[in-house]
Amino acid sequence: MENGVLVRTENLVKIYPLGHSQVRALNGVSLTVARGEFAGLVGPSGSGKTTLLNIVGSLDAPTGGSAEVLGRKVETLSHREAAALRNRYIGFIFQTFNLLPVYSAYENVEFALLLLGLSAAERKKAVWDALEWVGLTDRARSKPSQLSGGESQRVAIARAMVKRPALVLADEPTANLDAANSHHILDTMEKLNQELGTTFLFATHDQKVIDHLRRKIVLVDGKVTRDEPGPAAAGPAKP
Amino acid sequence: MLLKLAVKNILGAGLRSWLSAFVISLALVIVVWNQGILIGFDRQASKDMVDAEYGGGQVWQPAYDPQDLLTFEFAHGPVPEALEGLIAEGRATAILVAQASIYPNGRMRTVVLKGIDPLQKTVVIPSSSLAGGVEDEVPVLLGNRMAKATGLSQGDTVTIRWREPGGSFNALDGRIVALMTTTVPTIDLNILWVPLDRLRAMTRLEGEATYIVLSPAVTPPAGVENWVFKSPDDLLQDIRQLYKTKSIGRNIMFVLLLSLGMLAVFDTQVLSIFRRRKEMGTLMALGFTRGMVIRLFTLEGTLHGVLAAILGAIYGLPLLFYVKKIGFAIPQNWEGFGFALGDKIFPVYGAGLILGTTALVLAVTAVVSFLPTRKIAKLKATDALRGRFS
Repeated sequence: MENGVLVRTENLVKIYPLGHSQVRALNGVSLTVARGEFAGLVGPSGSGKTTLLNIVGSLDAPTGGSAEVLGRKVETLSHREAAALRNRYIGFIFQTFNLLPVYSAYENVEFALLLLGLSAAERKKAVWDALEWVGLTDRARSKPSQLSGGESQRVAIARAMVKRPALVLADEPTANLDAANSHHILDTMEKLNQELGTTFLFATHDQKVIDHLRRKIVLVDGKVTRDEPGPAAAGPAKP
Repeated sequence: MLLKLAVKNILGAGLRSWLSAFVISLALVIVVWNQGILIGFDRQASKDMVDAEYGGGQVWQPAYDPQDLLTFEFAHGPVPEALEGLIAEGRATAILVAQASIYPNGRMRTVVLKGIDPLQKTVVIPSSSLAGGVEDEVPVLLGNRMAKATGLSQGDTVTIRWREPGGSFNALDGRIVALMTTTVPTIDLNILWVPLDRLRAMTRLEGEATYIVLSPAVTPPAGVENWVFKSPDDLLQDIRQLYKTKSIGRNIMFVLLLSLGMLAVFDTQVLSIFRRRKEMGTLMALGFTRGMVIRLFTLEGTLHGVLAAILGAIYGLPLLFYVKKIGFAIPQNWEGFGFALGDKIFPVYGAGLILGTTALVLAVTAVVSFLPTRKIAKLKATDALRGRFS
């Protein structure tokens, strides 16, 4: 994979069976995402945003075409290889936070590191750093049930960022948050993108998120209809 | 890591986990409790019966059948020479058996007269109380159950009627010289112990016996081919059979109890897998393989068994060892199907029984926990994240 390109899809097709018929969720998507981008897949419900994000995240395999992420072809990965790719290089942020309910905020963040085989001391430092990035060191011992929606999503961001992944995939990260929390979350992610150089790829139709994007990839009916600089493209430069 | 997460999850599930664990622990404790009582009963009864009746084995007249009174008339013969030496050395004792009737309180009762040497030391029966006596009265030793059944007490006399070899009946007064407390019903109920010489004289069977009891560790000598040697194991076969029958019953109960516990685990697992699909998706997104998710959920289910073992140890071990110490009281009217039973059974709870049962419960819990997780093997991460099954 050429220098600086993190994600490359070529003529990507995803077809879901639906009873006796089929649904074409992606219909020949070709795009590249470079290292350090703060980009978003934008479009109405059913346009294929989440499907594309899932394939890029190696959670799903394409029906046709090719998806290359960090030099690995997703369609050829075994379950184990895909799991290793996600564990090492990709962070996920979900609409519903998806925190493990029995773990504290600290443990939820630490959980992402457990499979990496880091020492306890290394994990501890990384977790506190991540909690500090999202401003939640004081809530480290709180369980998800004791956190607000905004705090939960910040824990999820810390969990996604703690292993310093090359790519963070965020699927409607603000959909369950009010406006103030949404802006706070987006500011945090923007800051991490700029300070750590982490690539962020969003799937969203939330205008608040769109306003923060530096690149906007519009999907309609499984096709890229527009790929243009986002409203924040004129903002602070990438590192 | 999986273990830590599993422990967290199972403890995080709170009351649901503890309820499942409690049901399994109950099965575990009840099974160990019952099995310990059964082992205690077997050992206690075997020891008492060997001490008081079987000794190191018995040498029977071939016609002798202790269950058939009609054989007693023919089941006797001169004591084999090979055994006389052992009897003289005090390493065996001859018993002569005859059928008779007694009339306690005006009612006729069929009994078995057993003649025994008052000086014998082979079996633990207080036969020395039969020594002495007067010529026109037969000294009689009764067991406590027989005394209770007939209403006879020490010092009472009772008419004994027996049949002589010619077919005519004879009668004599028997005086109860002693009552013995014994746990062995077969030396007690319907038995009148009398001096061997007196019974031989009454039945005109001088020098004869129905069977000879050997002292423990005495091997039957050669030269008694016409008699039948019954080892303690042969004689204990009935009690072993009862033990086996009871064990089967106990095993059925074990299976039922364990099934209840396993049903709770299975139910918890199925619910847990159904309810936590999104969590499975998150774990996969974080880098878990499906195999790891399956291992996690199986481990969680198995931990119910571990929790059950801990719970069982907390309330079960003190209870079991308390009962082991004070014994388990037997209802007074329970005669134990003819086997020796003391007032109390002292259960035997060995490490093997406890650890073996616990290991079995854990193994079954692991299998039952694994079965519902097979559904995860087909689970797609994207479906799981949406809370759906593939």
